[in-house]
Amino acid sequence: MIYLDLLLGFLKVGLFSFGGAYSSIPLVREVVHKYGWLTDEVLTHMIAVSESTPGPITVNLATYVGSSQAGVLGAAIATLSVILPAFFIILLIMVALKKVLESKYVQAVLDGLKPCIAGIITATGVYMAACGLFKEENVSQLDWRAVVITAVLGAGMIVYRRIKKKRLSPILIIVASAILGIILY
Amino acid sequence: MRKKLSAMAELFLTFFKIGLFTFGGGYAMLSVIEDACVEKKKWITHDEMMNVTVIAESTPGPIAINCATFVGYKTAGMLGSIAATLGVVMPSFIIIYIISMFLNNLLEYPIVSKAFSGIRAGVSLLIVDVGVNMLLKMEKSLQARLIAFGSLAAMLLIDIFAWNFSSIALILIAGAISLALYLVKGAPEKKGGEAK
Repeated sequence: MIYLDLLLGFLKVGLFSFGGAYSSIPLVREVVHKYGWLTDEVLTHMIAVSESTPGPITVNLATYVGSSQAGVLGAAIATLSVILPAFFIILLIMVALKKVLESKYVQAVLDGLKPCIAGIITATGVYMAACGLFKEENVSQLDWRAVVITAVLGAGMIVYRRIKKKRLSPILIIVASAILGIILY
Repeated sequence: MRKKLSAMAELFLTFFKIGLFTFGGGYAMLSVIEDACVEKKKWITHDEMMNVTVIAESTPGPIAINCATFVGYKTAGMLGSIAATLGVVMPSFIIIYIISMFLNNLLEYPIVSKAFSGIRAGVSLLIVDVGVNMLLKMEKSLQARLIAFGSLAAMLLIDIFAWNFSSIALILIAGAISLALYLVKGAPEKKGGEAK
């Protein structure tokens, strides 16, 4: 049942997305692939919209995926599921387990989770970027427009990081890629 | 009772505004939450704000949700935490739900579908950028590096060969390895190589 799948899928996303807004993206991607809900291409549209609208990206993505699969009820279930783990864990820490995060054992586990998630996010991005270089209808053919956009944006991001010592703003990257898309496609 | 209700309404509205006016989520929200809850409303102290930041980094889920639950509970107990948490997600929910109804129709316009063809590359690079940034900023111990690059390689292989192996399993394995190493040899070295 779609509502139960949304509930369980997004509870998992909420429970394992440690460390910032993008930690949920590999997990959401896994859920939508597992149930055959969305392709990577549609997911990138949703990520772009989630990044460009107010609010936490994870919550935006959950609402979007839920709405695309099962309307307003699906959106409500996915959204509540993705926030419930965070909600209860914070309550639990405040009410009963004030010291649990100071435990050396908990810290040792967290020390392992953070680099792992950084690796997973990077791998997911690299794989999605590489897949995007090929044509949707014929995966053995390079889509030269996508190659040009990826090269131009990638070079821009690296140069900006070198000169300004900080990351290019996500919104700027999305707007630039949209403009390049309009020009080239 | 009336006092409690007005506290809840104020929490809901304050966090609704935070949800409505902060883009990008995550750490971008922290300064806005601090401004609203510490400076203006004085619901929590600056030290408590530092405290919740640390907690948010060590617990799963969106940082804004962690903060809303914390501030809501401090101010008005369980009901307060519900009011603040629902307040911070409500704008997302309404805005995204409306967009999701229109976007498919918009994609029928050539200019929009062209833009989104380009956005696919942009979003993928954005994810790489965030991941690389996390790799650069993480702790520089051999253990952290091995876990990071082991996870990176494993995740790539899972994607390329379409293996039926969840990234959640990878996360759990990484946590278990880190705990096991801690139990065997004590805390990981913060700098330099592995102690032999």
